[in-house]
Amino acid sequence: MPIIHQPITKTKVPHPERITEDHRPVLLVDSLSFKYPDGHEALSKVSLQVNRGEKVALVGPNGAGKSTLLLHLIGILTGEGSVMISGLEAVKPNLSYIRSKVGLVFQDPDDQLFSPTVFEDVAFGPLHMGLPVEEIHQRVRRALEQVGMSGYGERLSHHLSAGEKKRIAIATVLSMDPEMLVLDEPSAGLDPRARRNLINLLQDLPITMLVSSHDMLMVRDLFPRMVIMDEGCIVADGSTENLLKNTPLLTAHGLELP
Amino acid sequence: MHIDLFDRYQTRGSPIHDLEPRVKVVVTVLFILSNVLLPDGAWLAFGLSFTFVLLISLLAKLGPKYLLKRSLIALPFVLVAISAIFTQSGESIGSLKIGSWILTISQNGLIRFASIVLRSWLSVQMAILLTATTQFPDLAHAFRHLRVPSVLVAIISFMYRYLFILSDEALRLVQAREARSARKPESKNSPSTWWKAKVTGNMVGQLFLRSYERSDRVYSAMLARGYDGNLLTLNPHAMHPKDWVMGALAVALLITLQVIARI
Repeated sequence: MPIIHQPITKTKVPHPERITEDHRPVLLVDSLSFKYPDGHEALSKVSLQVNRGEKVALVGPNGAGKSTLLLHLIGILTGEGSVMISGLEAVKPNLSYIRSKVGLVFQDPDDQLFSPTVFEDVAFGPLHMGLPVEEIHQRVRRALEQVGMSGYGERLSHHLSAGEKKRIAIATVLSMDPEMLVLDEPSAGLDPRARRNLINLLQDLPITMLVSSHDMLMVRDLFPRMVIMDEGCIVADGSTENLLKNTPLLTAHGLELP
Repeated sequence: MHIDLFDRYQTRGSPIHDLEPRVKVVVTVLFILSNVLLPDGAWLAFGLSFTFVLLISLLAKLGPKYLLKRSLIALPFVLVAISAIFTQSGESIGSLKIGSWILTISQNGLIRFASIVLRSWLSVQMAILLTATTQFPDLAHAFRHLRVPSVLVAIISFMYRYLFILSDEALRLVQAREARSARKPESKNSPSTWWKAKVTGNMVGQLFLRSYERSDRVYSAMLARGYDGNLLTLNPHAMHPKDWVMGALAVALLITLQVIARI
């Protein structure tokens, strides 16, 4: 990677309410609508609230708008309506702060791991947040430890297995110390053991989570709350246990009981 | 499914591996330059140049066989120089008749051809040594330290990172083509060249589209982690006395080589 040895210290967005934000919902989406340039309406009037410490599953058929919604949470896509992260609106001046608070893990780890070595990938976020060198090293160490990949720092990303890549991808956002972890179909393409390891990892991480998935078994095991999306709308939001009993609802939206 | 075709790095613990990447890059470039500057037919100097390469490969614990095998790849490109045999003036030592053309082989031409082949071959060996003893990220950092524009280095880094994924994707496309290139048992002829060319064209298009879409996703992933146009790195690189000494030694050797070639 190109080189600047001293990180540039960036001016952080000052946020007066940051100290007292703890009682606020981590995520508050209010009637969010989004059309792709080709006119396809991917989200229509989506409202969603996720409170601190909650682990929420986002399920629905392909093309329901799950990934589109997730990209809105960090302002990569912007639509009509509002997205608030810990009381701070996801608009351009706030984005650099919001992106450090919402850790988005993409579906394909090869998109997420773009640096030559694991260390550089995990350090990318903290480095671009303008943290001091010592803290960056500390955070990388901690993040790799959290995903059980200590000692992988000098490995080359393209030599890792799918499961390992997934863990490193999660570490790349954990190192930013986010308030909320957002994962896009994390268990897709993993073998049973890697999947089980991932589930255990997500179970143990004490952090607010919004996870889109087709893996209904994982949803049942891991997420007390479930949100069903279809055709750009939220069609159900409630306790996973109850929603999974509602077979007609699941069938109507292309989902299957585990 | 994974192609490791491109990874040239050979893990060894050697003084050459431990050398500061900047020194290695500079010496490699100087060595290539020195080869270019050697006069035609300075066989002694070419011999010394080869000894220099051997010495380094010995120090790097790579062994001459590894280098020889790898450097053969470059030979076909050297054949471009074959015209030199026929285009130099000087004492004629024979002629070749192709149709109505008569090509005269001159001694000067032959000497020039042999020198060009040697120069390229030696230079390629040194470049192979560089990539075999230096991890790619270090190489990229060295370029940056040597003031290669950051955009260029970024492009090279991404190319390196995604070469593996692209080649995997290409491999999948080829396999998908093979899987559908079935024939009836009674038909003997293989698919026509035209058909293959058409499919290959489609595959190239597919590959481009996939790379394009991936570049979009990678960019999103970079934005998500705070990228704002400046790529930063933490890798410490510092020149130690031993790096200066090794570098100076190599430069001194190359200068001696040039002097010997001109005596």
